[in-house]
Amino acid sequence: MLNVALPKGRLGEKVYDMFEKAGFECPSIKETNRKLIFENPEKGVRYFWVKPSDVAIYVERGAADIGVAGKDILLEYEPDIYELLDLGFGKCKMAVAAMADFRDNPQQTLRVATKFTNIAKSYYASVGRDIDIIHLNGSIEIAPILGLSDVIVDIVETGTTLKENNLHVTETIVPISARLIANKASFKFKNEQIEKIAKSLSAQLEEK
Amino acid sequence: MNIETKLLSGDEKAIFELRSLYEKNGYTQFKMSKFEEYDLYVRNKNFLVSDNIITFTDTTGKLMALKPDVTLSIIKNSKDIPDYTQKLYYNENVYRISKSTDSFKEIMQVGLECIGSIDDYCIYEVLSLAAESLALISEDFVLDISHMDIISVLIKELKLPRDAEKEVIKCIGEKNSHQIADICSQYGTNEENAAKIAELATLYGSVTEVMPKIRTLVGETASEAVSQLETVCSLLAQSGHGDKIHIDFSVINHMGYYNGIVFRGFINGIAQGILSGGQYDKLMEKMHRRSGAIGFAVYPDNLERFAHDEKEYDVDTVILYDETSDIKTIADAVRMMNVSGKSVVTQKAIPAKLKYKQLLKVNGKGVEIIENNA
Repeated sequence: MLNVALPKGRLGEKVYDMFEKAGFECPSIKETNRKLIFENPEKGVRYFWVKPSDVAIYVERGAADIGVAGKDILLEYEPDIYELLDLGFGKCKMAVAAMADFRDNPQQTLRVATKFTNIAKSYYASVGRDIDIIHLNGSIEIAPILGLSDVIVDIVETGTTLKENNLHVTETIVPISARLIANKASFKFKNEQIEKIAKSLSAQLEEK
Repeated sequence: MNIETKLLSGDEKAIFELRSLYEKNGYTQFKMSKFEEYDLYVRNKNFLVSDNIITFTDTTGKLMALKPDVTLSIIKNSKDIPDYTQKLYYNENVYRISKSTDSFKEIMQVGLECIGSIDDYCIYEVLSLAAESLALISEDFVLDISHMDIISVLIKELKLPRDAEKEVIKCIGEKNSHQIADICSQYGTNEENAAKIAELATLYGSVTEVMPKIRTLVGETASEAVSQLETVCSLLAQSGHGDKIHIDFSVINHMGYYNGIVFRGFINGIAQGILSGGQYDKLMEKMHRRSGAIGFAVYPDNLERFAHDEKEYDVDTVILYDETSDIKTIADAVRMMNVSGKSVVTQKAIPAKLKYKQLLKVNGKGVEIIENNA
């Protein structure tokens, strides 16, 4: 039985459609109910919906053999897994944003508000800038407005939220998209199935 | 002394079996103290899995550490003797940071080191013992083998700056070929060389399947390493574990310490790798030894939840008694049970959640059976 962790939401549904095309369908998943686990014993596959940021944990610990997770989560959490494929959708970027009139003073410690502590730390370490991290869980955009931080490090999709809060992107750290990931041990013991899915997904991406 | 093996838990049994396997193959046990001078670890920080070490000052004011690793101590105690290979195994606790709890943890480690002039036979012997070790734990295992020299030759061809090189190495470990392509195109490396590395990262399969692909991929550049990999792996595949020996270049250890063959072992049902090892001549060189060395470590801790048979009963017999019971009657009943090979516990009340086969009660007349579950 191949266990697949899918991120709840639109992204996960899109991914499921690709798995279905790869020959691992599980019709019960399309029923509207509150179930979280769906199984198709005939095809030897079981899907489950989990919080997008948890997919990497399920896969790293082997509860799921494969899954789909955003690159942001992989960079932040650094799980010990295989990253088999860039699915090329769910595209956005990890960026630094600040108020329109913000000027960085290199003599001061830069105060950075973010949900992605690890990414922010390693980015500023790579450019040799001394920072103070303020970990927030949401509404990061208001931190600079209230003077809580100088800049924020966050995911930017369209930039609308930033604009509406009078912020703009000052630096792009890394582009983000959805990735197909696999547990390292599962990759060995369920190699045939996993390679089949990876190949089919990769072929489907090329068609587009 | 008679030891009942059924008393041993899965990891304890594995440890005993591994030790007996290594003894049988002429490896002698290396015993060390819990502490080692901190200095030893500082000088070889990157060799360690994490640079967090528990330190303390001993009575003479020297800074000591609770050992995070055994290999460094073994090398420290090794001597360069021409034509002699030291064959050692160990079974020690090491102290490391656990990623999940972000605090120190005591981890049991069983390992083996072969120090001296390392030739193809030594490499084969260590690899074959690694395979045997895995087979002892479960027949359903995989031993993934890679060769650092092949990887480093191909990486050097990319002519990347150090930081980018590190990134590429990390990507190989993740089989992340798309990002390797990204990094390479960012630095404008030769596309052909970049494609080679990307393909190397994704190669996976049995020796007969993968070897020809490696030959065409690497060409003449690392032919010595390729031949060594082929010789050792083919012999290993022929010696009974054929389909379980795989070649996988995502097995990658620190380039500053490891050279030659590196490998990792997995057991079906355990999410993390359970065995890890390789040839580390470069570490030997850094510690001013002329000899080479190869070894591996097994982490039986991961076995705790694996193949753990839930006991049907905690105890065979529970004997209930109260203040009025005759002591001799209780003692006789216990002895009788023990003589007949049954486990027995005496209690005044039935403990909650205890699973037992038989419940006896001592009363004025003697012992009566109250409950029989077996």
